[in-house]
Amino acid sequence: MMETKKFVIKQISIFSENRPGRLAAISRALEEDAINILAFTIAEADGFGVVRALVDHSEKAYEKLTSMGFMVHFTDVIAVRMKDEPGGLYEIARILGDSQVNIDYAYAYTGKDAAVLILRVDNVDQAIQTLRSQGVMLMESSFFQ
Amino acid sequence: MVSWDPRIEELPPAELERLQYKLLKTLVYRLYSFSPFYHQRMRDHGVHPDDIGELADVRKLPFMFKSDLRDNYPDRLFVASQDELVRYHVSSGTTGKPTVVGYTARDIEAWTTSLARALTSCGLGRGDVMQVSYGYGLFTGGLGLHYGAERIGATVIPTSVGNTERQIELMQDLRATAIACTPSYLLHMGEAAEKMGVSIKNDTHLRTAILGAEPWSEQMRNRIQDWLGVKAYDIYGTSELYGPLFCECSEQKGIHIWGDLALVEVIDPHSEEAVAPGERGELTITMLQKEALPMIRFRIGDITTLVTDTCPCGRTHPRITRIQGRVDDMLIIRGINVFPSQIEHALMGIPQVGQHFQIVVDRQHELDTLLIRVEVHPDAFSDRITDLMKIKQLITSRLRSALNVAADVELAEPGSLPRFEGKAKRVVDRRKI
Repeated sequence: MMETKKFVIKQISIFSENRPGRLAAISRALEEDAINILAFTIAEADGFGVVRALVDHSEKAYEKLTSMGFMVHFTDVIAVRMKDEPGGLYEIARILGDSQVNIDYAYAYTGKDAAVLILRVDNVDQAIQTLRSQGVMLMESSFFQ
Repeated sequence: MVSWDPRIEELPPAELERLQYKLLKTLVYRLYSFSPFYHQRMRDHGVHPDDIGELADVRKLPFMFKSDLRDNYPDRLFVASQDELVRYHVSSGTTGKPTVVGYTARDIEAWTTSLARALTSCGLGRGDVMQVSYGYGLFTGGLGLHYGAERIGATVIPTSVGNTERQIELMQDLRATAIACTPSYLLHMGEAAEKMGVSIKNDTHLRTAILGAEPWSEQMRNRIQDWLGVKAYDIYGTSELYGPLFCECSEQKGIHIWGDLALVEVIDPHSEEAVAPGERGELTITMLQKEALPMIRFRIGDITTLVTDTCPCGRTHPRITRIQGRVDDMLIIRGINVFPSQIEHALMGIPQVGQHFQIVVDRQHELDTLLIRVEVHPDAFSDRITDLMKIKQLITSRLRSALNVAADVELAEPGSLPRFEGKAKRVVDRRKI
């Protein structure tokens, strides 16, 4: 059994109404407590959205936002280091597809050192094991703290 | 089943209607002859007592409103002279002048009889000890229940309202088996009792609660019954109709309206026509035996549904459901009557919905729009948009089937909707008509 726990990253998901100023309210709250946002995305639906973010202090962010009345949820995601070249995403997607792991959603950022793909999958442990066994590099959760 | 007056309470419907017709006819002749107000009102309306040839002809008669009572303050609508009166009650009236109601001896008798039947129908009688925690005085609740309970042979503890700790002591010491009060006061007593280390459920003999004089819900009934270990009955009446008069029977399936005392109609407040059976509408009551202050087609402003099938208890008189709101609260959305209470009820049945909601009515391109903003229950919040969309669709479809009109649903952040102390003002109507 491969150790998977250290690769599970706690993403914060915040329910937000889809109207001006909501993202500002969330990001300002994080700024006030000196919480850095490392990656984020907004999933948008009819009239509302979910702001998903990786932050350096997720517990602190959770407490801050919850105390302000926001609905906040921790979601387990993984962060995969992609090759910043053609086929980089394909490699990851293929490996997960071959092992029947479904990707619920994903978002990416290109950092100084590498391109990073944040994945929310239906089977976190299996995704970690499969990717690692195929030589894909995963970021440890400690990297984001 | 024990009835106070089985001969009347189980009268076959056809006979009850014959009796009602006879009483109505007599009433209309009496008022046309002796009441300047009703005489004029009937003439203005182009109706004569001779036009009343069957019970359904009650619809030919003009309506009467609360404003008629206020406009004729204090006693210009009375048909009895002062020396025939044995009592006055005065309702406070939240808007404008109070309403004065006079009672002849026969009025008090009819009122007491009505409550004797009602209290018997929920299993009370000789041997019971009833704590009357409605206000005594100008308000009808205290004295009304007091007379009714004494009539059935129960022992009354006339505590009135207030001094809650003393009330709880007396409830224990005098072994009260029943209480009559507002539902919110009973909840308050429950809490006060717990602070004193007394469980109403385990440490008292209380098993029946007669609750009314304010709107309450089925959820509140369940809470009271579970928490306090009593069977809770809904009682209805207003001071204009004597006071509290009608109650649910032990079946708890609607409030029996004694047909020999009151002729009940449920109408659409705008078309003023009777609504189809089972539909909501405004309660309209004609008091068939009232002497001092008669009431013909009195529009109380309360919203209810008429139930005409025979109750499992065997009583044949029509019933009404729990009061579901006030006409003043009614919204008309694309020609359909919508009550905030319907929306509240539909939302309360959905566990993913939080406690707070807001109703926004607007008009776009000449069409009314109905938007319901609801807070999602934090336990139901999911990171997945599809889960949230499912909640939204569930709310939309529940509202659609409850209201018969499509409503838009918006999921709101917790804490974003206005909170209210006391009576909630959940409706925002932006229509400019």
